[in-house]
Formats: sequence, structure tokens, C-alpha cells
Amino acid sequence: MFCYCPTILSTKPPTLTIERRLRPTQSELGQIDPAVLFEFHKGRTIRYEADPETTDLVELDEEPPHRLNEEAIDIALTITALFNARPMDEIHVMRKVVIDGSNTTGFQRTAIISLNGKLDVDGKEIPIQQITLEEDSGRKTGESKNSVTFRLDRLGVPLVEISTGADINNPEEAGKVAFEIGKMLRATRSVKRGLGSIRQDLNVSIKNGALIEIKGVQELELVAKVIELEVQRQTILLQIRGELRTRSLKLTDFTDSFVDLKEQLSSSQSKIIQSAVKNGGVVLGTRLAGFKGLLKRELMPGIRLGTELAKRAVFWGRVGGIFHSDELPGYGIIESEVEAIYRRLECGPSDAFVLVADSKENVLDGLRAVVERAKEALAGVPEETRTANPDGTTQYMRPRPGPARMYPETDVPPEQISPERIKRVADNLPRMPEEVAKELGSKYDVGPKLAGELVNSDYLATFEHIVTSTKGVSPSFVATVLTGSLRNLEREKIPIENVTDSHLREIFNLVGEEKTAKESVIDIIKWVSSNPNAPARDALGKLNLEMLTQEKLSEIISKILESNRSFVNENRAKALGKMMNLVMAEVRGRANPKLVTELLRIRLEQFKG
Amino acid sequence: MHYTSAALSFALQDLSVPVMLVGAQRSSDRPSSDAASNLTGAVALAARADLAAVGVAMHQDMSDRYIIAHKGTRVRKCHTSRRDAFKSIGSSPLARYDLQTGQIERLDEAPRREMSRNLTVKPHFDQHAYLLKFHPGFNPEMITLAVSTGARGLILEGTGLGHVSKYCYDAVKKALKEDVPVFMTSQTIWGRVDMNVYVTGRDLLNIGVTPLEDMISETALVKLMWVLGQTRSPEKIRELMLQTVAGEITERTPIMEAA
Repeated sequence: MFCYCPTILSTKPPTLTIERRLRPTQSELGQIDPAVLFEFHKGRTIRYEADPETTDLVELDEEPPHRLNEEAIDIALTITALFNARPMDEIHVMRKVVIDGSNTTGFQRTAIISLNGKLDVDGKEIPIQQITLEEDSGRKTGESKNSVTFRLDRLGVPLVEISTGADINNPEEAGKVAFEIGKMLRATRSVKRGLGSIRQDLNVSIKNGALIEIKGVQELELVAKVIELEVQRQTILLQIRGELRTRSLKLTDFTDSFVDLKEQLSSSQSKIIQSAVKNGGVVLGTRLAGFKGLLKRELMPGIRLGTELAKRAVFWGRVGGIFHSDELPGYGIIESEVEAIYRRLECGPSDAFVLVADSKENVLDGLRAVVERAKEALAGVPEETRTANPDGTTQYMRPRPGPARMYPETDVPPEQISPERIKRVADNLPRMPEEVAKELGSKYDVGPKLAGELVNSDYLATFEHIVTSTKGVSPSFVATVLTGSLRNLEREKIPIENVTDSHLREIFNLVGEEKTAKESVIDIIKWVSSNPNAPARDALGKLNLEMLTQEKLSEIISKILESNRSFVNENRAKALGKMMNLVMAEVRGRANPKLVTELLRIRLEQFKG
Repeated sequence: MHYTSAALSFALQDLSVPVMLVGAQRSSDRPSSDAASNLTGAVALAARADLAAVGVAMHQDMSDRYIIAHKGTRVRKCHTSRRDAFKSIGSSPLARYDLQTGQIERLDEAPRREMSRNLTVKPHFDQHAYLLKFHPGFNPEMITLAVSTGARGLILEGTGLGHVSKYCYDAVKKALKEDVPVFMTSQTIWGRVDMNVYVTGRDLLNIGVTPLEDMISETALVKLMWVLGQTRSPEKIRELMLQTVAGEITERTPIMEAA
């Protein structure tokens, strides 16, 4: 966004690795954001992997940012026009402090482009509150307790963030809105394709609940499910609050004094406890008054209240996890040990306990976080930023950031948006999907359904490029491969994100030039996806998909007819179907079926039993 | 900062402890600032390094791992923005601090810490010195102009081994005639001037230009100001310029590149 690196992801190993530390900075008002402090407390070293092709000194934070990328502004203004939003007179770049390492600077640069747009979804007007330009973060490629690694190829790629107003009333509607926004974005033909190029952050709140920000929902299909599960989680948390209240639990019932349980677990078979003690660590526990039975209450599939407590301990205390009484005996801790702990912690019949084993510092931080989260259960739903899991459930990511993490980027001067620029953008708006689909139908003879799919896919521009530059392949065939076939491969977990436009062009060219058959295209795409640095034509040799010469083909046909001599003699011309199947089974992808039929027909006529 | 470190290197003699200059290439209002780690390293080096010299403590490379103490007279800022912008030119750095382990490693035969030594301060500088870079189209009147505006000494930053074109000879002669000593360094940054190899070099030597060995141009300018602060005699100025005070001239040119 502030340099001229290509917006591609690298498939090659990095050529440079550097090590950095980030520290919290104060806002203009002297405050330190809690989310930022939280990251700093993890005390991790950050490793950056880079290569000269996709990363420059700006992205390594070794050179000040250049001016805002003009193309990025134009695209954001185009999107602004599509949503009828009001562009700002001046773009001011801000810094949003993020010190998890995903940005080399320690902040993400962001700039409001426009406000107050709208989108029509099934006749309902959905407000588009704000459209901003943001720089994408680095890709996390590794993580351990003490370090985290990011690849910098994605860092700095301009993102357009589109925020809707709080007017979406149910999960299905959210899914629909996301789909409609995606359609509008694709119309600009400037959207990168592949998983993660369009990401949804969801803010969910219910009556008496809290605002929960869910990040990283990559698949559109998940939007409704994530919201449903979050509503469920908040509802159950409110039920738990009710139960804690009927148990007349008060904030003063919580204790910050933790009890040494080494004695009670001195002969425990738990590997975690054994190794903590052996490494000079401690085993500390705390009573959670009134929580018995609530810790195992399921909030979402596989995620219990105990899991929420554990996540907090993991993040704030850097521990591997916690043990809580609702899941004990178990994990190498036996009944008599559990009884001894209950006694030692002076637990009553409705009390639960949590214990943690690790270094003293980690255990103390972890248990404090657990007690903090348990207290929040008394208030209901704590405000959090959560991250989405692939199954639609979510987990604690960090506290909700406050306003203290934003401050002006002083290295980039404000950029005026002139009325002439807005007019130029307005005069060059992309056509809407329906219109484009209609034109595809008449221009390339692609059926309306296929055209619709193509327009809503990430491959429209690729399609047009291929059909205008390649002779000898039918547009319908290209469209089918680019929509249905690629989608199927994606479902089979084939890494099609590795297949670039130039790969696809080359593959269809090979078909057009009759170097291979239509039937080979899928196999070649699969091969390229796992060999992205080789040209597609290499697949022909490797997979034995080179077109057979007519001579070679005739030879194969002769051989097959010969070995089915009696059948051919009996059936003559009627043997064509079966012989065709046998021949095709051997030459599929290497011969044009039309030619095979033709040759077979002639040979059958001439065949002398 | 390398002008300052050179000045301090000449002004503070017989140091008993190290003196560290420190800065940052990323401002401290950003989480990625190198200010804190440079400062940590500088303080550790000043407090604990077995050194008695002026140094510049900055990043070794793009990682937040090592803080290097460069020798005050041999350091030059070689990049506008990188964390490792400061490089030791034609000399090894003084020492290195490991941010992860806190260890300090001596890298050079610099004087060691010695509390019994008594500091001598020679703080006088005379700014009537100029550093003139020779380039295609260079107007020799620039030399004459420098002299007429009160220059008491000149550093010519010549090409390659230490050359300026023949058309500059008269202006150089005129300066020398007015008792303004003229010295030669090279604009190549790395390496030593040698004016015996080519005709122009030999001509300039015959005219009376003094080559400054492998002294960095910026250090040469600062040293000239410092020398002018002590004497006006052209002979004495020449003598002091060639006398190594703080490692600004080395006898052996090391094989290494910039560190």
C-alpha cells in the first residue's frame, strides 16, 4: 500500500530471515492499549521471512513509507461509488498499534476513504457505514512458546475494509449481505482470488450480551453458522449468569490467593504435573465458589466454560492449559487426589476448583486470568475479540482494543481527493455482474447459468484473457473448468491457489495447439498446483499426456482390434462402441476422441478376420 | 552522528572509560523503534565493555539482536534509513553487545578501560575548513572562493586513488601559496589514497597536496577543524593531520568489507 512490491504470495523458500522485538507505545494521551500490553507480555521474539521479489525495505520497516498507492485509492474510490458512499475530501493515514508481530512496524496503517454508503439486499437497505483502506499483515508461518514467524510477502497488500451498520438482524441475512458485498467487489475485477482474499469480521451482540468481534471468517458459507454459534454461546453464558446469581455468588467470593497442591499430587501420574515439578515449577490451585457443574457446560460444540477459562490461562499465563474439577478425575489425576484437593481448598458441595502446573510466574499469571474470567461469568458475557475456527466455533483471541491504539501516521502526508478524480472514477465504473453475464452469453456463447457462475467466481478476468488469446478451445469449456472443475479441486483440498493465471493460459494454449487433449486439463492443473514453479508443459512429459501421433494411435488401435479378433469378427461395425471404450481407456488425454472414432471406423471396415 | 563521534574522539584524550553515542533509525513513537534496544546496548557497552574509546552504538544488521560499537573516527552513516546504517569503514568495530544474552565481545585492539588514566580535553575547533568534492564539471573557482572566504585548510575529496583534473592545478597552487594547506581523501569511501600511481597524483604531490592515507573524508574534515583549533602554522597543521590520534589512520588496510 505504501510501496510498489507485487501483490503476490511467494511459493519459494525465503532468502532472508530477521529477528525483531516490538514494544508497546503510548497513545497521544499517554495511554497504553490493553490488547497491546497483552501481546507484549507474551515476550516473544518475532521472526520475519522475506525474499527480494515480494518484499522491499518499506515492508521490512527499514525505510519510511512512500505515498499512498494511487491504484489502491482508485479502487477504493470505485468501491465507494458502487456503494454510493460519500468520499472524504482528504485521506488521512492512521496507525493502529498491533504488536503481535504481523506488521513489521508494530502498527497497521489504515485510512478512511468514505462514509455512509448503502447496499440493497433483497429489497432491504443495508447501511455501509465506512469504507477504509488498510494494509494486509504478514502471513503467520510458524509459532512456538517463545517465537512467532511471519512471511512478509502478503504484508502491505492493500485491503479494502467495508463495514456495515448494525442493521443485520439474523445469521442468514448476514450471509446474504456478505455474498452481495462479495459480488460488488468482484465486479471491480481487482479482488485477489483464493481463500482469505475476502475475509469477514463479524460483530455479534444479543440482548443483555456483549459486543463480540470475531475475526478471520474466511469462508462465506461459515458466516451464518459462526453467528448462530456465537448467539448460542452468549445465550448459555447468560443462563450461567442466572444460575450463579441463584447460587447468590458475589464478586467478594473470588480469591486471588492460590494454594500449593504439590503435596496432594506428589505421586500423581499426570505427565504435566510430573514435568512441571521436575523442572522446578509449581502446582497451584484455586477454589471457584459456586461453579460446580458449570465448567463442563457446553457453550458451543466442544467448547465449555472450562475451555474459555483455559484459553485465558494459556494466553495470559503462557501455560499449556488448566485442570478443572468438572473434568476430574482424569488426565492422570485420580479420585483420591481430587478428594484431597477439594479438602485442601476447603470446597463446599457447590464449589469447583482449577489447578495449573508450570513455572511459578506462568502459573500465577494463568490462575489470575482464570479467576478474572470466572468473575466475568457473574456479569454475563465479557467483551472479547475472538477468532473463528474452521468448524464455525470461536475461541478467545485477545481483549477488545480500545481507542488508545490509534494515532496519526506522520510519515505519510494527507492526500486530497479532487472532484476531478471522483468524476474520473465515476465515469469508469465497472459494469454490474448481471450485465456482464448477459454479455458473456452473447459474445462467447456461454449459457446463462455458466455465465452467472463465472461472473461470481474469481476467474472472470482470467476467462476473458484466455478466450481472447487462445485459439481452438471453446469458451464454454474454459468457463466450465474455471468454475466447476476448479471448485471441485478446491473441495478435494488440491492447493489450486498455487495455479496462476499464466499457468491457466498456458494449459489452455496446450489444448488449443493440440499438444494435449481437453481431457488432460484437470490432471495438468493438479500437477501444477503441487509444482507451481515449473511451467505447465512439463506436466505433459511427467504425466504422459502428450498427444499421440496418428501413427502411434493407429498402432494402438491395431493392437486392440487384434486382441479382440473374434469379437470384432462377429460384430463388425457394431463393435465400434466397445472398441472405442477400450481404445479410449488407453489413450485418454492423449488423443482427440473424434479422431479415434474416425480411425476406428475405417479400420473396422477394413478389418479382415 | 559520525561527525560528532569523530570530534569527541579527538577532543577527549586519555579516556579511562568508553564514551558511547547512540541514536535510532526508527522514531520511538512506533513499536518497532530501535531506540530502546540501541539505548540498552549503549548503556551496557558504556558500563561494562573493557574499552576506553569513543564509539557509536547502533544495530549490527536488520535484526534486533546485536548492538555494535563502532570506532568514533572510523564510522560512517552509509544508508539513509536502515537500522544498520552506521558502518565501520576499513576497520573492525570496537565491540558487540548481544541483546539476547547480555554478553559483550571485544572486536578490536582498542585501549582498555583504565581508571588510573587522566582525561585530557582538547575542545577547541576552528570551522574555517572545507570539504570539497571533485566531480565532472567541477569549477576550480570553488577552491579559490573557499580560500577568499577565509578557509584555513581544505580537504579535497578526489576520485579513485586521490585525483582532481589538471585544470584544478592552478587553483590548488594559489591556495597553497596563501598558506592554506590542501589535503586529499577519496570519495570512494573504502580504501586508501595513493598518489604515486598515476601522473595526476604525482603532479598534485609535487604541487604540495598532502594525501591522508585511509582517513574517511568526514573524519578528515573534523580533524582539520580540530587541528586548526590548535595551530595556524601550515607545517604544524600538516604534521598533526598525519599523526594518528584516535585510530583515524591505520597502517594496515584490512581485508574485510564494512561491518
